[in-house]
Amino acid sequence: MSIVPAASSPSATAMFFAGARAAWLSVMAYVLIGTYIGIAALAHDFGFSLWWLAASTVLVWAAPAQVILVSALGAGATPVETALAVGLSSVRLLPTVISLLPLIKRPGTRNRDLVLPAHLTAVSMWIEALRLLPALPRENRIPFANGLGLSFMLAAQVGGGIGYYLATSLPPLLSAALLFLTPMSFLISTTRNCRLLSDWLALAFGLVLGPLLAVWQVGLDLLWTGIVGGSVAYGIYRLREARK
Amino acid sequence: MSGELHVYVLLVLVGFLPNEIWRMLGLVVARGIDEESEFFTWARAVAIAVLAGVIAKIIVLPPGTLAGVPLGIRLVAIACGFAAFLAVRRSVFAAVLTGEVVLTLGALAYGL
Repeated sequence: MSIVPAASSPSATAMFFAGARAAWLSVMAYVLIGTYIGIAALAHDFGFSLWWLAASTVLVWAAPAQVILVSALGAGATPVETALAVGLSSVRLLPTVISLLPLIKRPGTRNRDLVLPAHLTAVSMWIEALRLLPALPRENRIPFANGLGLSFMLAAQVGGGIGYYLATSLPPLLSAALLFLTPMSFLISTTRNCRLLSDWLALAFGLVLGPLLAVWQVGLDLLWTGIVGGSVAYGIYRLREARK
Repeated sequence: MSGELHVYVLLVLVGFLPNEIWRMLGLVVARGIDEESEFFTWARAVAIAVLAGVIAKIIVLPPGTLAGVPLGIRLVAIACGFAAFLAVRRSVFAAVLTGEVVLTLGALAYGL
């Protein structure tokens, strides 16, 4: 897929809109609409306003953290408990940002130019950025990533609006199908992005360790899944490379 | 009105801050790292493993109404989606559509 004409050097605005276009061509935009229909129905049930939900999507921009925030505050959890639960669910954003920003920065890039791409980093944006960015000239990557991320956020807001008004009439079958969108689309998109042996092994180890550690009720199960699964995958990849 | 303001203050303090801190920490750590570095490859493997863990957890221990669909149907739906991805020119759209149709039909047959 050619997004950028090879010879000319497109403006930052053009690259922003190329990113926006890529977002709406991605299945992730529609997955986000579906996912946020579900989140909005939940927020509605717990008595949050549509404006509050929209603000949480802009500020938090991480579906699992928003689900925790809404259910915990809605169920009357203390602020400290809620903050801890949100913080733990979002640790994954750390390796996600670390494995995205080196793709978009250049030696002279100012930190403040990376704040927006870092804030827009969520699984949906990360998956599509990893797939699309390597084909782009490096100087175009920041506006492209911003266009991609902001369009995904817009898709989430559209879903939130729809879900808020459908909230009382969402049948269980539809809400089950909406919840299934995330694992189905994330699994396929992640598979499509795997290149190195370490990527493939990390995927396999994560799929096995995630539910296993959760069923064994190991605390911080996802954190351990990432550190153990990712490190073993990387170690095996290193050993294989060293032997070549 | 103060109650209205209160939920927005809570949003910033217990929603935005504990979440955003990881992104900003990532920004600081990523400053000295380039795409070719070993640390980058490791961080990428960790991120993929966490995501895979999240995916498998939703399928095996699903939230909300998805828990009403039996595990067998959820696994068959994922497998059919994956098969569609391989069969239809590695299309994510085809995979998601197939997985959703299989899940919905299975849930209907089960009587959800």
